[in-house]
Amino acid sequence: MITSSRETMLLTTPFHSRVEAMCHLNDWGNWMGYTTPNAYFDVELEYFAIRSTTGVFDLSPMNKYRITGPDAEAYLNRMVTRNVSKLGVNRVGYAVWCNDAGSILDDGTIFRLGEQDFRLCSYQRADDWLYWCTLGFDVTITNESEDIAGLAVQGPTSCTVLTLLGCTGLDQLKPFGIAHFTFEGAPMMVSRTGFTGDLGYEVWVAPEQAEALWDQLFECGRDYLIKPIGGYALDLARIEAGFLQAHVDFIPAEEAVRPGRTRSPLELGLEWLVDFSKPLFNGRAALLEEKARGSRYRFAILDIEGNKPAEHSFILKGNKVVGTVTSAAWCPTVKSNLAYALIEAPHGKVGDQLTAEIYYQRELHWTRLMAPCRVIDGPLFNPKRRRQTPAPPF
Amino acid sequence: MNQYDAIVIGAGHNGLTNGAYLAKAGLKVAVLERNPYIGGATVSRELHKGWYYSNCSYVSSLLRPEITRDLELPRHGLQVVPFGGGTTFMRNGDHFHNFDDHDRLHREMSRHSKRDANAYDRYAADTSLQTKLIRPYLMRTPPDPTSMKPRDLADLLEFARSFMALGEEKLLDTIKFWTGSVGDYLDGYFETDVIKAHIAGSGIIGTALGVYSPGTAYVLLHHYMGDVDGNVGAWGFARGGMGAIAESLSKAFQSYGGEIICDANVDEIIVRDGRAKGVALKDGTEYQADIVVSNLDPKRTFLDITNPKDLPEDVLKKAQNFKIRGSSGKLNIALDGLPTFTGIDPRSRMMGGEMHFSDSLERQERAYDDWKNGTWSKDPYLDMLIPSMTDPTMAPPGKHMMSVFVQYAPPKVEGRDWTDEDKDGFEKSVLDQISNYSPDFRDLILHCETRTPREIEAEVGLTEGNIFMGELTFDQLLFNRPFPGYSQYRAPIKGMYMCSSGTHPGGGVMAAPGANAAREILSDLKRPNTVPGGYADD
Ligand SMILES: Cc1cc2nc3c(=O)[nH]c(=O)nc-3n(C[C@H](O)[C@H](O)[C@H](O)COP(=O)(O)OP(=O)(O)OC[C@H]3O[C@@H](n4cnc5c(N)ncnc54)[C@H](O)[C@@H]3O)c2cc1C
Repeated sequence: MITSSRETMLLTTPFHSRVEAMCHLNDWGNWMGYTTPNAYFDVELEYFAIRSTTGVFDLSPMNKYRITGPDAEAYLNRMVTRNVSKLGVNRVGYAVWCNDAGSILDDGTIFRLGEQDFRLCSYQRADDWLYWCTLGFDVTITNESEDIAGLAVQGPTSCTVLTLLGCTGLDQLKPFGIAHFTFEGAPMMVSRTGFTGDLGYEVWVAPEQAEALWDQLFECGRDYLIKPIGGYALDLARIEAGFLQAHVDFIPAEEAVRPGRTRSPLELGLEWLVDFSKPLFNGRAALLEEKARGSRYRFAILDIEGNKPAEHSFILKGNKVVGTVTSAAWCPTVKSNLAYALIEAPHGKVGDQLTAEIYYQRELHWTRLMAPCRVIDGPLFNPKRRRQTPAPPF
Repeated sequence: MNQYDAIVIGAGHNGLTNGAYLAKAGLKVAVLERNPYIGGATVSRELHKGWYYSNCSYVSSLLRPEITRDLELPRHGLQVVPFGGGTTFMRNGDHFHNFDDHDRLHREMSRHSKRDANAYDRYAADTSLQTKLIRPYLMRTPPDPTSMKPRDLADLLEFARSFMALGEEKLLDTIKFWTGSVGDYLDGYFETDVIKAHIAGSGIIGTALGVYSPGTAYVLLHHYMGDVDGNVGAWGFARGGMGAIAESLSKAFQSYGGEIICDANVDEIIVRDGRAKGVALKDGTEYQADIVVSNLDPKRTFLDITNPKDLPEDVLKKAQNFKIRGSSGKLNIALDGLPTFTGIDPRSRMMGGEMHFSDSLERQERAYDDWKNGTWSKDPYLDMLIPSMTDPTMAPPGKHMMSVFVQYAPPKVEGRDWTDEDKDGFEKSVLDQISNYSPDFRDLILHCETRTPREIEAEVGLTEGNIFMGELTFDQLLFNRPFPGYSQYRAPIKGMYMCSSGTHPGGGVMAAPGANAAREILSDLKRPNTVPGGYADD
């Protein structure tokens, strides 16, 4: 059979006509099979839109699953490590889920839309795993990925911009809360969530509303210096804010081939997401055992001396390699040289002094630098406005 | 009890930095400020309700990242947001856009001259060579070439080595660069007037010299040697205005136990038996300390607040002859909306960049001729920005704040003091210049703060209104700053020090003089050093 070449090309999101018009750099990447901009006009200025005004990121390619039915809560409680029963209606929770060996498959956010109605947003495609897990549960799983268009609207002026768009009273919405509005007569859901560590929201509409949403958002945001942002700027913001990324900071367990390459939530510093008081969830036994025995690795945020990003560095204690860096960046708002590292236990405790072996190049000349670094107890970027309710206007 | 370990006179950003490092080392420190507010030339004030002006300095690049990080200024509220690019408007209706992106810049330059577009790469490499030479010395005390102390000798040797490593030809280029004019330098690369004029502006800002005066090539470098997040030569806004820099420094200082006392106008440094013992205010209050640090410019430090009887003859002479000529003015304008500019899409990113209105070196030189003739430039060089295009906190939504730096304005008008009529004339020449390229601009003005050298001197205490606290010419740089023999932050009186922009590495919101001075003071006190070393580029 001969297929037309169009069918084999990357897909475009419902916002594409608008995204393309603003993508002055014409610098595109592939995210989940969609054509998405790496950068629109200047990575640095896009990053600073998130931190100083409002940045808009098209997150339509995210995988979205609707989980409904009498057993929906029990099903999710079985699947993820955190306690979903504690999640109220119109609240969002960050979650990870594991296999029986206690290895992380992926992370994502769970939106509780009703007592028996949830939406899971995951970084990875999760259809297969979600269906396997339904055995014995009265739930319906629907892949909604193509039915919902989403924009992350992030930054200090984001609340003001969305309020102008018609989200009256949005400043009262607490972090991780969900509010419902109408946009052009159709439902528009807004959650106070994001991947930037700043004040910010995610806006969800049907694909038919996408272009109008983009146009009106940018119109309302003009006086508040709204800017589109691409993948590179978002990545910088997420490192500064302390968020993990699948395939970068861990390998989804289902894809790991070599033994020992998977990671558990305890090893990634996510124990706060594991509720052992739940009688049963995937990976519970293995994680309990790991907790008793001690983990192999510790996730560490490193504050590194100097200004050379420790990309792909080995981390040493004395002369011994004890870990490697997974994400690293010079962070422009906290003005620090940060890295995430996986460190072999017992090293990597908060306050530990380690050394990063950094390689960098100037005019084809490589230099090796042994930079002292210190394990810190959390991300340095943590502004008040992220938590404040009512949300500040700028 | 007015007893301290150290007193810093002046809460400019260098005084605050100096105080912070002394306090961090455990000293009991007070910073005394004449004005009711802190910051000196690093200040933001709400002079028109809802609008914040960065009254003096308006953009940041030189502020040393080592200090920002070490004093945890982001935690104390500082955020520096870069802006990209710039524009020079041309008399023929065209313009030149200086894009950050290399390929876009190449296209734009090619529109004016393909040859210039190509020569730009050579220009950029040669200019970075010069910034690379100076950057390692920003966070260091300059070596004294006449000293036989091991530290000075070692530093001098290292300094000499980095120059000798250049090879003969580059070394000659370097000597020429450090003493030459920005006009001659640019003539060696470009043929297009507007491109030369766009770049040359950085060679005359804050300087009583013209584009063809020797020494202006270095001034260009002085504007290129900073960085924003490692992008050397990039500039940004402090969110909330430049005052945010002083605010965050003051919070850092206070977090180490330091004390800021405003409305404290220092009259004289108290000296007994050749040692600094404290200060006396104009109102008679006295503060005691064995360490007294001056954040004032060298003229005021030695000719105003020190008793000449306490000073050696050579310092008095050098202070008298110190070159600190006023050459600049500033307008801060509250606007009712966004003005439009001929040939620029109002939604263009270039609206957030710098704007200039002198499209040739010839016009810039003529602007300087006016200064020499004792008057403000009739066709002034402007460095104009609309910070509210980048920072939403500077003006109400939909309204804008405009910052206009003006070159040239003389310290005296035809030899006499400025009058209010002169000030109006100066203001008019600036507004006219902008209106030539923005027909609707004038109607949008709600309020305008106009500062000639007279106001800058009176309010900030910068002699003659010189923004850098002394000309940045080679005879006043490195081991010559402020004077030969006194470049290591020590005054000739025991226990007295200097930490202002009048010392190495000079003017601008850099904080390096304040930090370097603290390191010397702590070393004299035999205390552990609290001042970080500089980041290396290589
Ligand atoms: C109009 C203008 C524009 C500028 N633009 C820029 C720019 O965009 N970017 C940049 O990097 N730099 C710029 N500069 C230069 C920069 O602002 C200065 O070099 C720098 O701020 C000086 O800092 P300082 O701490 O050394 O001194 P100052 O800031 O001058 O501080 C000295 C302090 O001492 C106080 N004082 C004076 N006399 C007494 C006394 N007798 N008793 C007590 N206190 C006293 C003063 O009130 C003042 O607070 C500009 C300067 C001006 C004037």
